[in-house]
Amino acid sequence: MPYDCVVCVKQVPDTANITGEAMKADGTVNRAALPAIFNPEDLNALEVALDVRDHHGGTVTALTMGPLSACEVLRECLYRGADRAILITDRRAAGSDTLATSYILSCAIRTIGRYDLVLCGRQAIDGDTAQVGPQLAEKLGLPQITYFERFIEIGPARSPGPRGGGPVVRVRRNVGNGWEVLEARLPLLLTVLDTANEPRPPAARRVMRFKRARALDEVAREVAADMPDASAAQREVEQARRIERLKMQGLLIEQWNLDDIRADPSRCGIAGSPTKVHRIQSIVLKKEGYTDVPPTEEGIRKMIQELVVDHTIG
Amino acid sequence: MIEPNRQGEVWVFAEQEDGSLHDVSLELCEKARDLADRLGVRMAALLPGWNVRELSYRLIAHGADRVYCVHDTRLEHYRTLPYARVVCRLIQKYRPQIVMYGATPLGRDLAPRVASEMKAGLTADCTDLEIGDYTDPRSKKVHRNLLLQIRPAFGGNIIATIVNHDWWPQMATVREGVMRMGPGDPRRRGEIVDEKVELDDLDAAVRLIERHREPRKVNLKAARVIVAGGAGVGSRENFRLIHELAGAIGGAVGASRAAVDSGFIGKEHQIGQTGTTVRPALYIACGISGAVQHRAGMEESAKIIAINWDREAPIFSVAHYGIVGDLAKVIPMMIKAIKERGSSADVRPS
Repeated sequence: MPYDCVVCVKQVPDTANITGEAMKADGTVNRAALPAIFNPEDLNALEVALDVRDHHGGTVTALTMGPLSACEVLRECLYRGADRAILITDRRAAGSDTLATSYILSCAIRTIGRYDLVLCGRQAIDGDTAQVGPQLAEKLGLPQITYFERFIEIGPARSPGPRGGGPVVRVRRNVGNGWEVLEARLPLLLTVLDTANEPRPPAARRVMRFKRARALDEVAREVAADMPDASAAQREVEQARRIERLKMQGLLIEQWNLDDIRADPSRCGIAGSPTKVHRIQSIVLKKEGYTDVPPTEEGIRKMIQELVVDHTIG
Repeated sequence: MIEPNRQGEVWVFAEQEDGSLHDVSLELCEKARDLADRLGVRMAALLPGWNVRELSYRLIAHGADRVYCVHDTRLEHYRTLPYARVVCRLIQKYRPQIVMYGATPLGRDLAPRVASEMKAGLTADCTDLEIGDYTDPRSKKVHRNLLLQIRPAFGGNIIATIVNHDWWPQMATVREGVMRMGPGDPRRRGEIVDEKVELDDLDAAVRLIERHREPRKVNLKAARVIVAGGAGVGSRENFRLIHELAGAIGGAVGASRAAVDSGFIGKEHQIGQTGTTVRPALYIACGISGAVQHRAGMEESAKIIAINWDREAPIFSVAHYGIVGDLAKVIPMMIKAIKERGSSADVRPS
């Protein structure tokens, strides 16, 4: 039987490659110079969803929240086989912590309506919190299985009874010092480990087709760039024409704001985020060379103190 | 969310598996003890499970004034929903001001679920926790005695201090080995409070079919600090220095291939291209020359200290701190400096 999957993906700064231009003269990180990438474990989550659809039928919807530039990761999902792509973008969502983010994603997924599996990468490399998946599960009232490794079985319930008649899956999850197999009824949320699979590369034919996929605001920007001397009304007409054409070609990335998903703005963005950043210290990274510590008690004590101060050791 | 409750206790979620407590829970008890003393409130541990009541005494020995025990056969093995229900119900009942969890696979599954249901703030993988004041930059309101949640962010390139001033409890997860654990005091007295939580309606959601646990062994990947020895250590006997330094700093023991091949230590400790690849917060390379195969397995460590006789050793090319000298002299000095680190930080220059 077919399964409808929603995959939550995130565009993140590539924190693993902080070298060269990404370093400012004072040794701190220049965020603007960091390339934005597809959060690695979200690709594993996408692969799980695509694999389920390829074997059982159904649909794969890619969902992201972020600025307009996040359309890039949605196109990456389309290149790999996603059926539908949705961008949630709204200035009122800026500054959301994991609780507010999971609330917004839950509103979007309720708006999508039909889903059997919600998939997230285990964690995003910019925050490494691994919190949004479980929080999203709670907001949707779904059971969660984190650290997904693979399906042991996907299928209809063997015996309808107190456990109901919905489809049942058996999942193997990795808990670091071992593994367990859990059985759960759909719908269900999974967070996927990087060891779960080898994500497929973009398919060349799909790249040719979906590189033209655009969200509403991207079209607006392009129209403004293409028609610098046109009136607002003329631009609006052109924009509507292009949107209509993209829609007919199946190339429109759906763009939703908080109103479209009936999200309460007081639960989004900074207002809806319990955690506040009190202060930030940049760790000064040396591009080359090391601190030469003399092999004396004083030299070593000074080094240990530095490591205590920068929280390397407790 | 619960309203800020200045008399609220400081809580630790006590993680146990197959009848034994996770070390991180005891480490957290000691940290929570300090925080509770600063706040002038009680420190309590929350212990769900089946036949685990006797573990309460260890939690008390490590600082708990109270242990809330929840006994249920359905809590024998961890499952998200029943455990989250227990934690949420007891938070609602007792309104603690702080709740801490180990940043273990279990804690990282449970804590966000609880945070979402409670609409409370949660900071992952804290490397330090302190009590301090926070001034809201907009309202200029000063919030006193908050939990300062300190953690690396952005791939370890910045250190952020996070606070959570009104959506309580203030919650954080902390990695294993970050907080120090003493021997505990078996004479400490505490109270055990038995609690019951209704779980009937949750039982069907997710069933545990099969579980497998590896015996606890060298877990280099999870270690925050690794002390590794190479051929330069010289002998199996001298390798004891590496173990001692690791013990003092609370780190795992690693080794280069040369040290393993020389029989100084077992292969499960090997780091490098043919061993384990690690990226701890701190890597201390002792007597390791730093062949490219070894560097490939450790060069992404956040901080690297290299100790070697040979100033030309390639290990220094990836080091943040380099010490050219004799291990037999340098390592004891390091152990001494580590043991004294708490006291000397408080000494002001006269």
